Amino acid sequence: MTIKEELVVHVAKLAKLEFEDEEIHGFTEEFNNILDMVERLTGLDTEGIPGTYHGLIQENVWREDVSEKGTDRDELMKNVINHKDGFIEVPAMFDDGESGA
Amino acid sequence: MNLEPVIGLEVHVELKTESKMFSPAPAHFGAEPNTNTNEIDWGYPGVLPVVNKRAIEFGMKAALALNCTIANDSKFDRKNYFYPDTPKAYQISQFDQPLGYDGWIDIEVNGETKRIRIERVHLEEDAGKNMHGDNGSSYVDLNRQGTPLIEIVSEADMRSPEEAYAYLSTIRQLIQFTGVSDVKMQEGSMRCDANISLRPFGQEAFGTKTELKNLNSINNVRKGLEYEINRQEKLLIAGGALAQETRRYDETTGETILMRVKEGSSDYRYFPEPDIPNLKISEEWIQSVRESLPEMPKDRQVRYVKEYKIPEYDAQVLTASVEMSNFFQETVDHKADPKQASNWLMGEVSAYLNSEQVDLLDTAMTPKALAEMINLIADGTISSKIAKKVFRELVTNGSDDVKALVKEKGWVQLSDTSTLMPIINETLDNNAQSIEDYKNGKDRALGFLVGQVMKQTKGQANPGMVNKLLKEEMDKR
Amino acid sequence: MDFLDYTLEELHNMLVNKKTTAVELMEAVYENIEKTDGQVGAFLELSKDEALRAAKEADEKGIDPNNVLSGLPIGIKDNIVTKGVKTTAASKMLEDFIPTYDATVVEKLREAGMISVGKLNMDEFAMGGSTENSAFKLTRNPWHLNKVPGGSSGGSAAAVAAGQVPVSLGSDTGGSIRQPAAFTGTVGLKPTYGRVSRYGLIAFGSSLDTIGPFTRTVKDNALVMNAISGPDKRDSTTYKGEVPDFTEGIEEGVKGLRIGVPEEYFQEHGEEQGVADAVKEALELYKELGAEVVPVHLPHTDYGIPAYYIIASSEAASNLQRFDGIHYGYRSEDVHSLEDIYVKSRSEGFGREVKRRIMLGTFSLSSGYYNAHFKKAAEARTLIRKDFDGVFEDVDILISPTTTTTAYDIGGKIEDPLAMYLSDVLTVPINLAGIPALSIPCGFSNGLPVGMQLIGKAFDEKTLYRAAYAYEQATDYHKQKPTFKGGE
Repeated sequence: MTIKEELVVHVAKLAKLEFEDEEIHGFTEEFNNILDMVERLTGLDTEGIPGTYHGLIQENVWREDVSEKGTDRDELMKNVINHKDGFIEVPAMFDDGESGA
Repeated sequence: MNLEPVIGLEVHVELKTESKMFSPAPAHFGAEPNTNTNEIDWGYPGVLPVVNKRAIEFGMKAALALNCTIANDSKFDRKNYFYPDTPKAYQISQFDQPLGYDGWIDIEVNGETKRIRIERVHLEEDAGKNMHGDNGSSYVDLNRQGTPLIEIVSEADMRSPEEAYAYLSTIRQLIQFTGVSDVKMQEGSMRCDANISLRPFGQEAFGTKTELKNLNSINNVRKGLEYEINRQEKLLIAGGALAQETRRYDETTGETILMRVKEGSSDYRYFPEPDIPNLKISEEWIQSVRESLPEMPKDRQVRYVKEYKIPEYDAQVLTASVEMSNFFQETVDHKADPKQASNWLMGEVSAYLNSEQVDLLDTAMTPKALAEMINLIADGTISSKIAKKVFRELVTNGSDDVKALVKEKGWVQLSDTSTLMPIINETLDNNAQSIEDYKNGKDRALGFLVGQVMKQTKGQANPGMVNKLLKEEMDKR
Repeated sequence: MDFLDYTLEELHNMLVNKKTTAVELMEAVYENIEKTDGQVGAFLELSKDEALRAAKEADEKGIDPNNVLSGLPIGIKDNIVTKGVKTTAASKMLEDFIPTYDATVVEKLREAGMISVGKLNMDEFAMGGSTENSAFKLTRNPWHLNKVPGGSSGGSAAAVAAGQVPVSLGSDTGGSIRQPAAFTGTVGLKPTYGRVSRYGLIAFGSSLDTIGPFTRTVKDNALVMNAISGPDKRDSTTYKGEVPDFTEGIEEGVKGLRIGVPEEYFQEHGEEQGVADAVKEALELYKELGAEVVPVHLPHTDYGIPAYYIIASSEAASNLQRFDGIHYGYRSEDVHSLEDIYVKSRSEGFGREVKRRIMLGTFSLSSGYYNAHFKKAAEARTLIRKDFDGVFEDVDILISPTTTTTAYDIGGKIEDPLAMYLSDVLTVPINLAGIPALSIPCGFSNGLPVGMQLIGKAFDEKTLYRAAYAYEQATDYHKQKPTFKGGE
């Protein structure tokens, strides 16, 4: 499979990254080399083989519903670049986001 | 062109747990911004989610109340997207193995029952809240981040705003009966997005759909859909084409406003959450959760009619909300006559709640007090007229002992012959003409005499008793 | 004091017998660092005042004779969060980040009485095999200063190899403990996934990441594992089973032990003959010590690299989305909108290799490519796990070289990411299978240390330690000291 620069640009957009045109060019080449290596998998017959998505296979790990006091807000705000009156301040948002239903 | 609306709803319901879905921070409303949060809610480097078991059980309860099948094998997935109210830039949700699936509920519109299918019920975490300032900034509060949610996705089975209204009301009612959520749209513990498209009657394929957001009450869902149907209809009839859009409902104008046009489907890059082991839900567990479900509205209705001999209509009204239904049940358990209890709750009580805009549980009246009052009416201790005064007293100040209350207030009805006879006699002595009229068959004379006695006793006399004594005495004369 | 001359037990005995104090040991650490870190460049951040204070406290409280780690210094890889101490993961993205909490392993070390001396250099977000991807500094191999120390835990390996500290913690997602251990002649364990809590480890590949110790000797390594292992209610992926005393029975030898030699791990990857030769020689020694050595096959070995790079990069792409310039971490100054904050902060804050992996991961998960990439890789992973399950029905441990070559030149591979990826061929299958593996020194090739990888059954680190200890007792490679040759 050979991918084109447009796809690299699309992926960068999803990942919220930007590259100079020149970088995109080099990147596409690198990316194609890596994907060639990845293509090895294509020939592997995995019919009926379930995927492994966890490092340790176990089930039903949970905690009881007990609450603990939150972390000191002032401590958390020390790492926030812009904050005001206990809120995190960001440039105005266009809408209520994906889950702002 | 004759067009048919096709409507599907996505409903988010916040679960009423102590702590959050994946972190032990408190899941309570109303705290100062960003105080009910910890590093897990903030998605700090190095933190890991741990599932709240009660959230799973609550999710199962809701799914069972909506007649879903519970998955024996379920898991969590990451839904990836960037937004300031989602600090990890992914939401832990469920993608291809939701907790519940293939459910349904029956709704009633214009006296007809229709079954609406539910595709799935899945668990996920809520996002934080964004406040939009007018200075070019937005403000993020992460207190809500991580609150457990269920998302209920209907099939596109609804064909009118009225059906959507009935569907939402029924969902709210059923979830409310399970006790897993407050399901209050105004407070955001229940939220709804609607997908709406139009197609010519008889056509199978769906038209281009619009997603409606910011529908913050059940009424607004109906209104937003009505507006949207009109808008789409006009466009289509004029020969225009619809774009796949997300639109927001504006409460003040009653219109829907374009938020964004969707370019293809969003790419959330879902994949299984590696930090959380899969769920294995045994039939025994499902059974025990099923058994823990409280009696649902339909079952209560049947039982009320059968056991308490109240009309089906009453049973339906009483089970519209869990508060009302529980209040009714407890009133009856305190030995009130079911029909009387029902009359009071559907009449005076509901009227009071409406006029004062309060919830039943916010009044001072207890089911025990209501039962006592009803029994005092039944045994003649108070008149139905006085009862209205008693009721006012009960809803505003409450009472542990209604009998003592009415005594203390001097509201006890006069039923005692030895007290009433002198007044009866005096009235008759002063109204000879009325006796004459009565004997000549003029019934109104009796009414007049009863009125006179009531006046004399400042309304406290038992009218039935007065009636009886007057008749007896006049027959003697 | 040269920490290369003492084991943890020896240091402990000196403390108990008042031959030295925790403060003296701590002063020695900073003297060593002062002396050699200009050349080696292992540390990113030192907590000298705090460490000396803690050492003084340990002396005042008295060293617990039953607690071998009490009062001893340790270095921590900079992707393990330390409350109040800057934790950067060697990224510009976190150059000023002060965690508000301690990782579980840091808590456990403190409970065991160990004192953190500072934070160790690494490849940015643990992505890389040479520590050249650090945003802040280069770390050099104490055996030859023109060579890389390996990575991503290059600082952790170099600090122990140079005798700056007796112990350090690293992390291993695809070989990031074992490969630098091999390159620096140290002992490094990648524990079974789930054996050590990941809470507080800045996530790279969540289903692959593990934390483990670097030491000079096998027993030292087991002693540190005793302290950091165990279930954690904050990490749902930890193993609930009992944690054994890893030193128990360590001296029992290898008589009757069945060692499998995966033929695929010696074929065609043998770029440097000296490496394969050293391991073959070690296998001969094992036979002399009474072990049985049998050839085995892991037929899906070739799929390890592609499966690993897809899975690790996909998980990383998701894990690293949280670095968005809003809640903590680097923010670009050139921003006019929310989108700017995201795109510019991330593009400026992440280094090239990190961006490369985010791109690969995002691509592998994206609509239209998920099935052929991420899902396929997860299925290949199952087959790789099954390979190991199969051979472990027959043998107790596996032995292979840890790496295909010894430490290479600084700048030698950094321009060729694919070559860098391919060189992880012997380590990544172990992470995909979630099983433990230990790298120990087994000789030299071209004057540089060679590492031997002992691979075990899940949660059977004990057998690895026993086998490694037997070899170590019969050889003196672990006693060799680095020469600090080369340099500018």
